[in-house]
Amino acid sequence: MLGRILNRLFPHPQLTAFLVLIWLLLVNKVTPGNVLLGLILGIAIPGITQPFWPNRPSFRRPLRIASYLLIVIWDICLANITVARVVLFRPNRKIRSHWIVVPLDLNSPEAITVLAGTITMTPGTVTAMLSADATCLLVHCLDAADPDAVRDEIKHRYERRLKEIFE
Amino acid sequence: MITYALWFAATCFSVALLLNVWRIGVAPGVVDRILALDTMVVNAIALLNIYGLLEGTAVYFEVSLLIAMFGFVSTVAYCRFILRGNIIE
Amino acid sequence: MELLAQIVISALLVIAGIFGFLGSYGLLKLDDTMRRLHAPTKATTIGVGGVLIAAMIYFAVFQDKISLHELLITVFLFITAPITANFVAKAHLHRDVKPSELPPTGGKYGWAAYDSVSPDKQPIDTD
Repeated sequence: MLGRILNRLFPHPQLTAFLVLIWLLLVNKVTPGNVLLGLILGIAIPGITQPFWPNRPSFRRPLRIASYLLIVIWDICLANITVARVVLFRPNRKIRSHWIVVPLDLNSPEAITVLAGTITMTPGTVTAMLSADATCLLVHCLDAADPDAVRDEIKHRYERRLKEIFE
Repeated sequence: MITYALWFAATCFSVALLLNVWRIGVAPGVVDRILALDTMVVNAIALLNIYGLLEGTAVYFEVSLLIAMFGFVSTVAYCRFILRGNIIE
Repeated sequence: MELLAQIVISALLVIAGIFGFLGSYGLLKLDDTMRRLHAPTKATTIGVGGVLIAAMIYFAVFQDKISLHELLITVFLFITAPITANFVAKAHLHRDVKPSELPPTGGKYGWAAYDSVSPDKQPIDTD
């Protein structure tokens, strides 16, 4: 009984917690009133939008998520140095750009979205498109000597970790 | 020291904004103009925050949050218009 | 402590300025729309992120106001940058590139902007 009520009140518990956190960050002050207002929003918004996302995305293993985030932040810093070097020191005709097709092992939409975002933010690659049956990603690579190595690195470095997090 | 760094960063972002304006003027295609506009929004946010630091006030953060949101939504709307011919289906 | 904070803030601002400039310079210098997409999505985002983190440290150390607003804007920009890039890339492919210029998917269906499994189905259906 209690479980059902809780389930009704918090259809997406993580979303509720996230909304409260965002609200507190927005008002920039932690007072009981603000927490209460954040909680009201955190209950009302998932309640109203529940028909749009009926199933809960499952996040497990918070440690792995944290380690994934750290890897991605580190790679973003490296990515910028790579792109800056290409922009500054490489004449246009010497830039070796490629299209790469990355076959996907991931199934859930959230995981594919996170992977696409990660690819865009990390060294020299931008996700351009998904295939119609969601089995591979089209990735543009700014400057690479060996396109296959880039594809293997994406699969090994990011996709394997995302598979552990989401599936 | 911070003042010098602030003026340096402000100069960098101002020149970046001018380069963006140039790109919008002589872009090879409409997609490049969208990209330049999006970059302009992000540069404007940086410049606004640097101004806030120079003045020593934090009031500009709400403004930059709003600009960030409008910039994102307008870029998506432009691209969607090109992709689908309308924005809200 | 104050001196250390000054050095860190100044370094962050200088690095951010350089990257912000490079993002817009790359937008002019590179010669293909897909290549140009790389510069603003990465360099400009880290540039503005650097400025915001510097502002956060500045207000925390010199004015004793711990504010996490800046973090919110930074995270927002870092989340939206890939989405914008993806949209711009799709618009470019839709307008200026023929499907035959892209590598094949290797599967039964083509890329999502040109092909679909069935007319009313999105690439990923949640149900």
